[in-house]
Amino acid sequence: MLELIIFSSLNGLLYGMLLFLLASGLTLIFSMMGVLNFAHASFYMLGAYFGFQISVYVGYWPGLVLAPLLVGVIGALVERYGLRRVHKHGHVAELLFTFGLAFIIEELVQMIWGRIPVDYRVPELLNFSAFTLFATTYPAFRMFMLLMSVAVFIGLLLLLTRTRVGLIIRAALAHPNMVGALGHNVPLVFMLVFGVGCGLAALAGVIAGPALVTQPAMAASLGPILFVVVVVGGLGSLQGAFVASLLIGMIQTFAVALNVSLADVLARFGFTVTRESMGGDLWMATVAQVAPIIPYLLLVLILIFRPKGLMGDRDT
Amino acid sequence: MKHVRRIHAWAAAFALTMASVAVQAQIKIAYIDPLSGGAATIGEHGLKHLNFLVEGINARGGVLGGQKLEAVAYDNKGSPQESLVQVQKAIDAGVRFMTQGNGSGAAIAISEFVSKYNERNPGKEVLFFNYAAVDPVLTNDKCSFWHFRWDANSDIKMAALTNFMTDKKDIKKVYIIGQDYSFGHAVRGAANSMLKAKRPDVQIVGDELHPLLKITDFAPYIAKIKASGADSVITGNWGNDMSLLLKAAADSGLQVNWYTYYAGGAGGPTAIKQTGLDHRVYQISEWHTNVPSSEMEAFADSFLKKYGGASGQGWWYLRMKNQMDMFADALNKAKSAEPKKVAAALADMKYKNSIGGETFMRASDHSLFQDMYISSFGAGTKYDEEKTGWGWKTVGVIKAQDTVIPTTCKMNVPS
Amino acid sequence: MIADRHRHLLLWAAAALVMVALPLVFSSGASITMMSLMGFAIIFALSYNMLLGQTGMLSFGHAVYYGLGGFLTAHALNVIGSGKWPVPLPVLPLVGGLAGLSFAIIFGWVSTKRAGTAFAMISLGIGELVAACSLILRGFFGGEGGISTSRTSTLRLFGISFGPQIQVYYLIAAWCLLCMAAMYAFTRTPLGRMCNAVRENPERAEFIGYSTQMVRFIAFCASGFFAGVAGGLAAIHYEIVTSSIVGAVPSGYVLLMAYIGGVAFFIGPIIGAVLMTALQISLSDYTGAWSLYVGLMFVVVVMYAPWGLGGLLLMHQPLLAAGLLKRIGPAYARAAPPVVMLAAAVVLLVETAHHLLVKAVEGSAMRVFWVSYDAKSPLVWGLIVLLFGAGIWALRRVMPGVSDAYHAAAQEAQRLRSR
Repeated sequence: MLELIIFSSLNGLLYGMLLFLLASGLTLIFSMMGVLNFAHASFYMLGAYFGFQISVYVGYWPGLVLAPLLVGVIGALVERYGLRRVHKHGHVAELLFTFGLAFIIEELVQMIWGRIPVDYRVPELLNFSAFTLFATTYPAFRMFMLLMSVAVFIGLLLLLTRTRVGLIIRAALAHPNMVGALGHNVPLVFMLVFGVGCGLAALAGVIAGPALVTQPAMAASLGPILFVVVVVGGLGSLQGAFVASLLIGMIQTFAVALNVSLADVLARFGFTVTRESMGGDLWMATVAQVAPIIPYLLLVLILIFRPKGLMGDRDT
Repeated sequence: MKHVRRIHAWAAAFALTMASVAVQAQIKIAYIDPLSGGAATIGEHGLKHLNFLVEGINARGGVLGGQKLEAVAYDNKGSPQESLVQVQKAIDAGVRFMTQGNGSGAAIAISEFVSKYNERNPGKEVLFFNYAAVDPVLTNDKCSFWHFRWDANSDIKMAALTNFMTDKKDIKKVYIIGQDYSFGHAVRGAANSMLKAKRPDVQIVGDELHPLLKITDFAPYIAKIKASGADSVITGNWGNDMSLLLKAAADSGLQVNWYTYYAGGAGGPTAIKQTGLDHRVYQISEWHTNVPSSEMEAFADSFLKKYGGASGQGWWYLRMKNQMDMFADALNKAKSAEPKKVAAALADMKYKNSIGGETFMRASDHSLFQDMYISSFGAGTKYDEEKTGWGWKTVGVIKAQDTVIPTTCKMNVPS
Repeated sequence: MIADRHRHLLLWAAAALVMVALPLVFSSGASITMMSLMGFAIIFALSYNMLLGQTGMLSFGHAVYYGLGGFLTAHALNVIGSGKWPVPLPVLPLVGGLAGLSFAIIFGWVSTKRAGTAFAMISLGIGELVAACSLILRGFFGGEGGISTSRTSTLRLFGISFGPQIQVYYLIAAWCLLCMAAMYAFTRTPLGRMCNAVRENPERAEFIGYSTQMVRFIAFCASGFFAGVAGGLAAIHYEIVTSSIVGAVPSGYVLLMAYIGGVAFFIGPIIGAVLMTALQISLSDYTGAWSLYVGLMFVVVVMYAPWGLGGLLLMHQPLLAAGLLKRIGPAYARAAPPVVMLAAAVVLLVETAHHLLVKAVEGSAMRVFWVSYDAKSPLVWGLIVLLFGAGIWALRRVMPGVSDAYHAAAQEAQRLRSR
């Protein structure tokens, strides 16, 4: 039992930090431009695939640096030549543009690397067990993932709160027109933020690729959860995104471990319910089966009752 | 034959005018299986099998005195609904023989569709050859004259596995894990009832179903297996669900025996090697690469050379070879490519397969019965899998007649 | 005024005639299947446009009402079939519609509390919620295998069993016409106009006394009803409904259909639905990269023609009415070569890349349109670069001329009309 709790906590923390890596970029972009970047998970996928391709030629570690850079540049170009052009047609058009972009990226990835998963390996240096607890080993690579995510969080926080660039970005987040009036090149700031956001997503991809399967469906599977995290955490709030990522990561991982259903709870009180009884499916559903729904329930509830999100300061 | 899906504008016009000639020249068989998604590795490898078989038949002179077979691939994305869309497309393209195997959900949908279509379009019937979807219901309650199955159904396999487990006294706690769909339910049901009957002393410490082909990280499930204290796991998982489950087991150092149906599928052997479980992973199948037979060994070798690729994935479906060889024989025996006549020829066919085993198709439910092999994966075999250095070794054989179980099928045989 | 009304009726009669006559012209099995698919795709896309085009609500989860309508229709069919109730098949899509309406009322009340991006996010959340529920509520959704049904099990009137595809086509066509007429009528009602007002300026709408939430809610419910009808027809056509029908893929597709066709005009989604269905079915026979083409087309429309293909066509309607199409002829003709060059470049690039990457086992010989060539030859790549470069350069030079010609002709048409 204790073993299950410890490992579930570790896995939950890991998943949450991964979500945060992705959500941090998305939060910045969302808050800055009011545009939900549907293609954000696609840049994550691109990062994983670029990392894979680089690892085939020169190894994993150069990929850790090169892939985010490459994807960041692609992101900046997308903003400059795509998003900006669409901006004048309104928010809906921007959303749709990123939606179409996500579609195209998935098709391109399928075309270039095929539809079956690619063999993105854990680097040899990290291919051992970090520690053994209660006869279960925990891979060192997962510890590395955890450390990288924490490092990025701290780095991002420092960048935004302690540097001049961070100051300008935060100002542009809240009052873009004023910042423009003060003489800063707001479009350039936007382009940089978009590029850095995509680079962060790509970094998450390079980190997660070997551990989770690198396949064309990886964007579609992570995409919706990402939006949940960003909205639940609140706009313009990196701390909110952090809290929300951890919350959702933990909930999802722990929920899978629980095989309890309402029927079991009722049985404890002496009521027998089976699949054939009225609403049978609902009673028999275990928490593990319900786990995928919980984030979306959270999303809908938050949007109705607290659209600012948990720690946001702007309305959606 | 290459899988031909390109019909260019002028070629289509040309083909329309030469329609009658085209139909006679090639007998098409549609391959409707996942070529994308969580089972894509299995689907793509199966397609290579079919192409190799069709090439071989054509090289030996084709069927019906010179007509060639042609395999046409359709991606059903693993979905039952998409399978129907693709079957309709195949029918519209003039194909009258469909084959599929990955996913009993899709198989049931196709079988029902084919039955309805044949009933509503007499004279334009199509046949469905099922090479791997083993939900028992397809040859019981939902059986059909137009459906033929070349693999032993899930109940037969579970009976064989549990018989094997009867004598293994080191099994004390069993964990059952499977995919949450009709086949996974069938495996779980049969495992529970048969274990209780044959080994009442064994405790079933876990009974888990997970979503089909969606999970990429099985670590939480492995943690649960660990926590239950099981020493053996029974699973019918296939595709990514099998290889990733084994990979997660390797990552966490889980030491249990695995009793499986499909551990040998694409990616499985590599994952097993990673776990380090030498001859502790078992599978039940109609053949494996180390069954001694000079004909089959040569055949498997030539396939590996041509289609093995970088990963070294070799021949896996003897049942597909049985299917295509029997199909060619049935065409020749019926002297026609009319599905109704071919079905009649197949219905009670006896066939000696490439490893010298006597197989027979049962006319009452269109199931093929064949010898079944239980094998374990580990070191010290003649042929290895996926360049791991480990291979399959037979630990038990069940003769075809001993695999026969009764059927509840009441087929409508058309006149 | 009388002439106008007559013209409208004539248009509808013509549409009906076309639908009846189509199977006589395109009589192959594949064509009839495709036209059946187009039929309910049109209803689905039009229902989506009631939200997006008319009321300005972008939804990412519209397939929920489509799919739930389909599921309830399938269940109803099974109940009717096994109980031998005297209900004929043509009535069944109504069940789907009512299902869509009911769920739209439940979810709509919650969704329409917010507007804009929040509404889009809620719709996404609800869509994912329902899709995820499909694994839990196995009785309703049928698990992985879905719910299968038989359309020949209902009461047969006039000996029509609806087994053959052609009969199903006519059923779908009849419902399509009915729904098109109903949705068109909706746009002409005061409520329809209020939806437009809420789209344009919600604050102003509130000022003149209408509750924007109420207007949105009613539009949402109506849209859910028609989506449910489309789902019911899909259930009848496929005779199987699986949980993928409520998921993100159909939601995405209907958005693509409506937007490519053009959300600002009634006929836009119809064009989009027909085009997308045709592409989905036929293009996949010609090229394995058809999905990529659709995505590219969508992005191009979003970036350069946000009023969609329908909008592009209808833009020229005043010119047609004033007989001024000839004026823009020369300018458009000058624009044709660069467009063709660019299109050829894109197709060559995608096809060659696709062949090299995906079909590597088949060797490097390939053919596009009527020309065969070797995919690896540097000539081809040089040609692609050349076509791209020349196409973009020429298009840049020609585009202002085209734009001027159009505006001049439009102004002339305007002047002629007001005379």
